[in-house]
This record gives sequence, C-alpha cells and structure tokens, in this order.
Amino acid sequence: MNTTEQTTPLLRVRGLCKHFPVRSRGFIRRVTGWIRAVDDVSFDLARGETLGLVGESGSGKTTCARSILRALSPTAGQAVFQSASGPVDLASLPAHRLKPLRREMQMIFQDPFSSLNPRMTAGQIVAEPLVIHRLASGSTLDDRVAGMMSRVGLDPAHRHRYPHAFSGGQRQRIGIARALIMRPSLIVADEAVSALDVSVQAQIINLLRDLRDELGLTSIFVAHDLEVVRHLCDRVAVMYAGRIVEEGPVEEIFADPRHPYTRALLAAAPSADPDIPLPPPVPGETCDTGNLPAGCAFHPRCPDCFDPCRTIRPELTKAAPARRLACHLASTTLR
Amino acid sequence: MKTNSDMVLSVDGLRTEFRTDGGTLRAVDGVSLGLARGRVLALVGESGCGKTVTAYSILRLIRPPGHLAGGSIVLRPGNGQPVDLAALGDESRELRAIRGSRVAMIFQEPMSALSPVHTVGDQIDEVLLLHAGVDRREARRRTVEMLRRVGIPSPETRADQFPHEMSGGMRQRAVIAMALVCRPEVLIADEPTTALDVTIQAQILHLIKELQAENGCSVLFITHDLGVVAQMADEVAVMYLGRIVESGPVREVLKNPRHPYTAGLLASRPGTSAARHLPVIAGQVPSLHAIPSGCPFHPRCAHRLPGLCDAGPAPALQEISPRHQTACLRSKELTCLLRTPSVSSASTTIPSSVIDP
Repeated sequence: MNTTEQTTPLLRVRGLCKHFPVRSRGFIRRVTGWIRAVDDVSFDLARGETLGLVGESGSGKTTCARSILRALSPTAGQAVFQSASGPVDLASLPAHRLKPLRREMQMIFQDPFSSLNPRMTAGQIVAEPLVIHRLASGSTLDDRVAGMMSRVGLDPAHRHRYPHAFSGGQRQRIGIARALIMRPSLIVADEAVSALDVSVQAQIINLLRDLRDELGLTSIFVAHDLEVVRHLCDRVAVMYAGRIVEEGPVEEIFADPRHPYTRALLAAAPSADPDIPLPPPVPGETCDTGNLPAGCAFHPRCPDCFDPCRTIRPELTKAAPARRLACHLASTTLR
Repeated sequence: MKTNSDMVLSVDGLRTEFRTDGGTLRAVDGVSLGLARGRVLALVGESGCGKTVTAYSILRLIRPPGHLAGGSIVLRPGNGQPVDLAALGDESRELRAIRGSRVAMIFQEPMSALSPVHTVGDQIDEVLLLHAGVDRREARRRTVEMLRRVGIPSPETRADQFPHEMSGGMRQRAVIAMALVCRPEVLIADEPTTALDVTIQAQILHLIKELQAENGCSVLFITHDLGVVAQMADEVAVMYLGRIVESGPVREVLKNPRHPYTAGLLASRPGTSAARHLPVIAGQVPSLHAIPSGCPFHPRCAHRLPGLCDAGPAPALQEISPRHQTACLRSKELTCLLRTPSVSSASTTIPSSVIDP
C-alpha cells in the first residue's frame, strides 16, 4: 500500500444533496415544493474508520447513506470512493458502471425479517453476492459460505434452513454474512441492531466490533441510539433536518457535546439508574424537511436560541482540531 | 404491605395458552401482578416473554387459537364494585363498557390500532361519543385539545387527516390521545414509545407522567427498555418465558437485581460498560415449544448448578426482602449479581438446543 492510499480517505463526500419533489394532487401533479432530505452533507471517511451517522427519523441519515451507495440518486454533490481501480465519484457514475463497484460496497439492513428473501435458504442468501458477481462456484463457493457463516456465529449445518427458522438475532447474522462475504471495503449498516432485543443486540454489537477490528472494515453506521454508536464508532456525525450539525471523535462528542441538539439527544436517552431523572425534554417536533424554518433548522426547539439563529443558517465549521460544529452560539462563546 | 383495596388491578395466576399444531403454547404461565392505585408498574422482558400477551389478556383481547386458561383479573374502580374481567363474557356489554373508558390501552403498533378509512379525529370522537356521553361538537373540541396535549401541531387540521397522512410518530401520538381522552383509571401502555424518536420519547414519557399525576390514573407500562422502566415505574416485574422471574420496587430491582436474568439485561445495555465487549447473556430465548425443565433460564445462566437448577418444576417467586421477589433458586447465595461476573463469558458451554434455531 503506498502512502497516498493510506492518507486519501476511502470516501470523500462533498455537498451531497438529495431533494425529493412534492407534487400537487390531481392529474398534472405540478411540483409544489421540495423536501430537502439531505442537504449539503460533507465528510471524509478514512480507511479502517467507523463513522456513526446519528439523528432522529427524518434527519436524513438513512437517505444520506443510501445516496452514497447510489441506492438513491443524489440531487447534487460528490461522493468520491477509492475503488480498487482508482477514485470514482459515485454520485455521478452512470448506472451500468455501478455494478462492478457493488462488490466493494455492501449494506446491512435494519429489519432482519424483511431484508431476507423468505424463499431462499440461509446458504443461498449468503452465497448470492458471490453468485451474482461470478466470484466463486462449486466447492469454493460452499467453503466460503460455510466459513463466513461460522465467522458470524451461525452453524454452517443450518445453511439449508429458510429465514423463518431463525431468530431475529440469527437473521441479522445472516444479513451480516451476506454483506461481508464479498470482502467489501465499505460497509453501510443501517440501524443494524435497532430491531433486536437487548441481550441479542449486545451479541451483535460484539460481533460487529470483532469483525471491524479483524477485517479492518471501513463503515458508516446509521443509528438513532447514541450508546450503540459510542460502543461501535470512532467518529460520530449528528444530523438534524438533512444536515450535519456536529461531527467529531466519539468520546469527545459524548464528553463535551456542543450543539444544543446533540445535548438534547444525549439527555433524552433514559438512564437505567432510577436516581438519574430524565431532564425536561426539548419541546417541539422533529423537523419537517419539506418546510424548513429560516436560519438554523433547530432554532424553534433550541433552549439557547438567540437572534442570528432565526435568520442566518449556521455553517458547519471547524470547532476544535478534529471537530466541526454548526451553531451560532457555540461559535461565538467558545472562541 | 398494600392491601387488596389499594390495588386498582390485581392479576392472579393468569394463564394464557395458544393451541398450535406443535402443541399447546403457554405464553403466560401463572402471572400474578398487583397494580396499586396511582402507581406505575412496569412489565419488562424481551420479545416472546409474554408481556404483550399479558396485557392483551387483561383487556380480554386474546383471540383463537389463544385462550385464557386460568386465573383472575380483578379491577377495582374508584367508584363501583370490583369486577373480575376474566369471568366476563368475551363480548359482553360490561367488558365493552370497561374497555376504552376505565381501562384503556396504547398499542405498540400504531397502524394496527387505527382504522385506515376514518380520520384520526373521527376515531377519537368515537371513543368520547361511546363512553363520555357528549355531543359531536364537544367530542371534537376534546379531541382537538387531546391531540394538542400529545404534541400534535395544528391539531384542528390534523384531526381531519387519515392515519396514512401522518408519520409513524404522529400516528402513535394519535393513539396515545385516543387512549387518554376518556381519562381511564388504568392505562395499559404496550411499548408506547418504542417507535418514537428519543427526544419525542422523552416528551411522551413526561406527558404520561403528567397526565398520570393529573388524574391519578394507574399505568401498566410494558417495555423492553430498562431505561424507560427506571424513569417511569414505581414497581417492576421482569418476565421470561411467560413467567415473572423477579419483581419489586424499581430502585431495588435495578440497583440490586437478584435474578441472573435481570442482572444480565442490565449489564448488556450499551453504555453501561466501557469494556470492549459488552457482557452478553449467552444463547437466546428458547422457543415456547421447548421450555427448559427446572428454572427456565438455567441453560443461559452463568450461575446454574447442575442438579439444582435444571430439574423439577419452574421455581416460584420467593420474597427476599419486603416486596422484592425473585424466582432464582440460588437467591440466598447470589446477593450481589451486578458486582460479580453475573453474565457468562463466551467460553461458557451452552447446550446446543439453546443455540439451535
């Protein structure tokens, strides 16, 4: 590996936007507005790094992840991915050139029930990516499937069973095996542990952490649960209303959250200690990205809102060596 | 010690079974609960432990192939005679009068609790028209007010929307509004905030507490989240495979759990431990078709003793301190489960029947 390969981020996202048209009812269906699901998102993802993309529903975290993988076509912006054959901008690549790149980028889905084809056996599901890309067949294929299944904690003897015969946690293991069997350089996990019970969730979190360290995975981990992100990620980007509002190393953000929204998110997670009461919640609804307020999108809910917040949208700027922040208040008081 | 009359709802020896091709499933197997007036009791457990079936059984919502196989469910309204819900006819008038007015429920899945072909406002109006004896105009006024209380913006307009026009979070708020609009004495909340975002969850938890304080309603709060339990409940009952394995005052159970399953649930919460690996409970919840003999938790338990834990009938709850009960056979020896390595490491051997799907 030469030095440029080590220093160039595996993924460099710049100004990524995904806007959905809102159409009028009736026959003509005029475009009456736009939902800015993802708006001007930029970040770098270094090799071997796990970035947590957190936010509430409608914050654009899933749309952002899907736009990067081109499961959705971004409206604007760049997502430069260092593929095996050199850098490519995923955002502008014609569709037919995407398929070979798919082996390098894989996704783990949230719902272990709907993301597995009920008519395929566990073995077929795990093998399918290799079959589609004609990367293995016969006994090589069988060996790789068996190897991958045992690596994620499934008994290869169960490869002939159908998804319904597995529990939720085991199905999620099947989904993980399917994503990893291609040895992808980029993994996008969309709420990969949210649907699981706490004892099973802990098992899957441990598995993902082991796999990450063992295989040197680079991943984007989309989640709403900050504690899960804390356990699995190196860096975290907090999204609100389609934009990143704060980004930085995970421990720094947890120890010293600076954006009022990050603070609200951290405070809102109920503690299992009855002596730590839940603080008063931030008021208001999660933001409607079809109808953004002027200025900072969080200002109607923000306890610290002051004049500039209502008119000027704060830009995401460097707040500390490895941190970025989009907040007027923090950037005036912390200077 | 609370006397019976302090209990607005007493469930005793409740059994709910489902007849399936593979045999009879005991989804709820001898559950006893006492919900004190004006208090919040949390029923906590993982999927399949029977917590939702317990709630459905209390409201008599179990449908074939399921049926109530035993036990009593006594409701003691503030004014009126105690009534055993388990003894009422399936669709009797008494039961219909109680459901939705004296005992209301917030369901886990908002889409299945709302009719897709009626506006949200009409559905909440209907509850009021049925139970509150008000006219349409007054019903709509209260509906709008209630929608505002649960945090739905521009409730006058929103009341005329259909469920599909609302987001998942909005729908759940509408369901909560529908349950609370008649100011029930007992509210059964089945994972009411699981589908909500965390800042909205915090709002709803505060809202339920507020409303509870306002009209002194008692809440049976069903959840899988021990954080929600800690914040919401006065008492907690932990369920595993259809049985209560530990119960008691929240502070005592969460600070000093005396059943290895409770301790395992607490320890495996992300954020609890800074260790690289989260402590896990080995294996997974066995199928109700193959409930282990002896203590049902023994195959996954790091503290099991062969000969003691794996044989005989399932252990009964035993009082270890006032109101704190555990069904662990080793409760006398295992007194500080959170400080000892209470959950198994990966090296623990688990019978393959537990790992197998």
